Parts: sequence; structure tokens; C-alpha cells
Amino acid sequence: MALDKNQIAQVISREIKNGDYVNLGIGIPTLVANFIPANIDVVLQSENGLLGIGPFPAIDHIDPDLINAGKQTITMATGASLFSSADSFAMIRGGHVDLTILGAMEVSENGDIANWKIPGKMVKGMGGAMDLVASAKNIIVAMQHKSQDGKSKFLKNCTLPLTGQRCVKKVVSDLGVFEILPEGGFLLIEYAPQVSIDEIKQSTEGKLFISDNVKEITF
Amino acid sequence: MINKSVHNAETAIQGIVDNMVIMLGGFGLCGIPENCIEALIKSGVKNLTCISNNAGVDEFGIGLMLKNRQVKKMISSYVGENHEFERQLLSGELEVELIPQGTLAERIRAGGAGIPAFFTPAGVGTEVAIGKETRIFEGKTYLLEHWLKADYAIVKAWRGDTLGNLIYKGTARNFNPMMATAATITIAEVEELVPAGELDPNQIHTPGIYVNRIFEGKNYQKRIEHKTTLTK
Repeated sequence: MALDKNQIAQVISREIKNGDYVNLGIGIPTLVANFIPANIDVVLQSENGLLGIGPFPAIDHIDPDLINAGKQTITMATGASLFSSADSFAMIRGGHVDLTILGAMEVSENGDIANWKIPGKMVKGMGGAMDLVASAKNIIVAMQHKSQDGKSKFLKNCTLPLTGQRCVKKVVSDLGVFEILPEGGFLLIEYAPQVSIDEIKQSTEGKLFISDNVKEITF
Repeated sequence: MINKSVHNAETAIQGIVDNMVIMLGGFGLCGIPENCIEALIKSGVKNLTCISNNAGVDEFGIGLMLKNRQVKKMISSYVGENHEFERQLLSGELEVELIPQGTLAERIRAGGAGIPAFFTPAGVGTEVAIGKETRIFEGKTYLLEHWLKADYAIVKAWRGDTLGNLIYKGTARNFNPMMATAATITIAEVEELVPAGELDPNQIHTPGIYVNRIFEGKNYQKRIEHKTTLTK
């Protein structure tokens, strides 16, 4: 069974370490916050100027002056701090954020990522994604392995305009968990329950390697 | 004592004329100068170049200026919430320069701080890097990016005083502090305007030196793009 969005988020949540400062992108990455174990303390960074994102507010505590990068209403966690967009990206660019989790439309076997533009079709802009991928110490990508029409999104070379070059360290898709090898290639380290390695091979256009210790994802 | 207060948005935007470059604070609809945007729409000024992280939504914020065809060019990082923007862009009616958000923030900060250019890694190897000088520092490639300045900056703060000192609230701070520093004339609209001396100097985010005109806005709508709650 391929993983659903929540399961992808749950698998990624296992990468978070106690004390980490983490930036979560829009989409599946936002769901990761729901799976962080209670015994792990993390501080979530919001690019629009907040360290310490709390849960969504109760209906009678909505504050329009308090939103996350996805423009959703939020609260502040205990010990939160507020700052400008310049300070926010100074801490991102300066390498102070431990882990960045973001979505992608395509990744390549050398760690390139494309997630901001489909020429002639979608022009939403890159937002903070280019700054994040250029400077994050560790980048994990959450995405679907194939497009809706069945084309692989794990490519030899990205076909869409790039967001960043050689920056992705790990990708979690609905089919499995992959490390990007420094010399190029996707290394399968875990596969989704009941998904065959053959299916993963057929769904991956870029170079695929299978780890000697490959195992099934368990929940 | 110096008093920078003006009566209202209409007075505050005096001097903004066709073809000017203006900065508008805010992230999404959070911390946007609602009163001045309304006054700009009423004034009918056109062919503006607007520097703002986002372009509002179809029915609010800068989206209303786009709809009114007052904007010649947008300089932004993310415009995904505005369908009219996307339509005007794809049809070639609107010029747009999309800039990585951190680069946009730093270019504005540099503009206010007298730094003509700086190196940043954001956008290396992407179409953002086309035509830009690169340099390698400690083995990593960086792009040369230039400062951004404007004729007018319009910012929104929570509280302000007659000297132009400003305090922001929550994530409504965002781009407002840098924009306040980077224009020839800076206009601040605030929810509460108090006499100089009433704000705690320890708490001021934007010192009054950067602000030329200030007024107390009214009827803030503070629209929410995605109302999300615990109970859903």
C-alpha cells in the first residue's frame, strides 16, 4: 500500500531530533507537526517572522495578526519570539535552522529540486523556497513519487525550472524513503508496506540503488 | 516638538503620482496598509511599480489596485493567492519580477542601510541567477544582488507616536520595518496614534527617523485568508 499524506508526514517526523529548529513548508510538511512525539522538543520557524508556532487557535481566539507562511491562523508556543522578514531569512540564510521540510514537483538524482513554476501555466512565485534550499543544513522533501498521469517525479534531470541545485538530502514519497547519494542517485532505504521494489524501479526515472539494509516502513 | 501626524490616508498619500515606485508592507493580508491602499484606489494614480511580498487577493489589498489597472509592474516573491494577477501576467498585461523572499527582504534592508549590493546563495543555478554576477566564497557559489529603494514606502504598524516611532504586533511586522527605511518618503498608518513619550523606548521596532508621515487608520478589516481552528 502506498503511503497517504499523513503517513508520509509521520515517516518524516522520525527525522526530527530533540532541540531542533525546524521550518515546515506548505502542504504535506505542515502535517509533520501533528506527528512529533511528546518527548521531543522542537521549535517551529515560520518564514513570516515567528519562532515557536503553536497549535491552531480555538474559534474564539483567532488573531488576524498571527498567521503562518501558508496564511493560516495560528497561535504562539510558550517561549515564542517575533521578528521581521529580514531577520527571519537571516536566520535561515545564516544556517541557524536545523532542518527544512518542503514539498516538490520534481527532484533529480543529484539533489536538484523544482517546486515553484510551470512555465506558461503556473506562476505563483518561489516565496521563501529558494532561500531555504540554498542555505538549510538538512533538507527533506515530501512528495508523491509520480504525477497524476503516471509520470515519474524522481528524475535524472528536472524538467521544470529549478528551485535549487544539489541541495536535497532525503526524499520521502508515497512509495518509500530515499537518500540522495553524493555521487548521484536515489538510494532506497525503506519501502512502503506491500510496495514491491520492482514497482519502485518502474516509478523511478533517475538512477536507483537499493540499500543492503533496505526494510519495510512500519507504523 | 516635531509632529509628523497627518489627518488621514488621503493627506498621507499626497505626492504619489503616476509612474512612481512604491513599497507596500505586509505578508499575505497580514500587516497591509489597508487605509492607504483604499486611498490610492480612489486617487486613480496609475503605472505604479509596486514592491510587496504578495499581491493581495482578488477582492482585497493590492489585488484591488491590480483590478483597477493601476499597477504596471509588481516586484514580489509569491503571488499565488491572486487569480487576476496570474491572468494579467500570463496575458502579458502586467510586468512582474519574482524574487526569492529572503533576497527581497535583504535587498530592501540594504536599500535602507546604504549597502548597494551583497552576495546571497538563494537562486544559484536557477533562472533567478541569469545575468547576475557570481562569486565563490569558501567553496560555495553566491549571487550578487542589488539594493531596492522606492519613492514612497507605505507601512502598517500597531501603535505609533507623533514622532513616527512604530511598534508592530504579531506576524504583522514582516516586511514593514525594512520598507520603512528604504524610501524617499515613508508613510505609516497605525491602529493607535499616541503623543510622543507615551511609547516605551525599549519596545520600539522602527525608530521615528525613518517615518515622514503618520496617521491613525480606521475601519481595519484585517481579512483572514485561511481561517484555521482547532475544532475546524
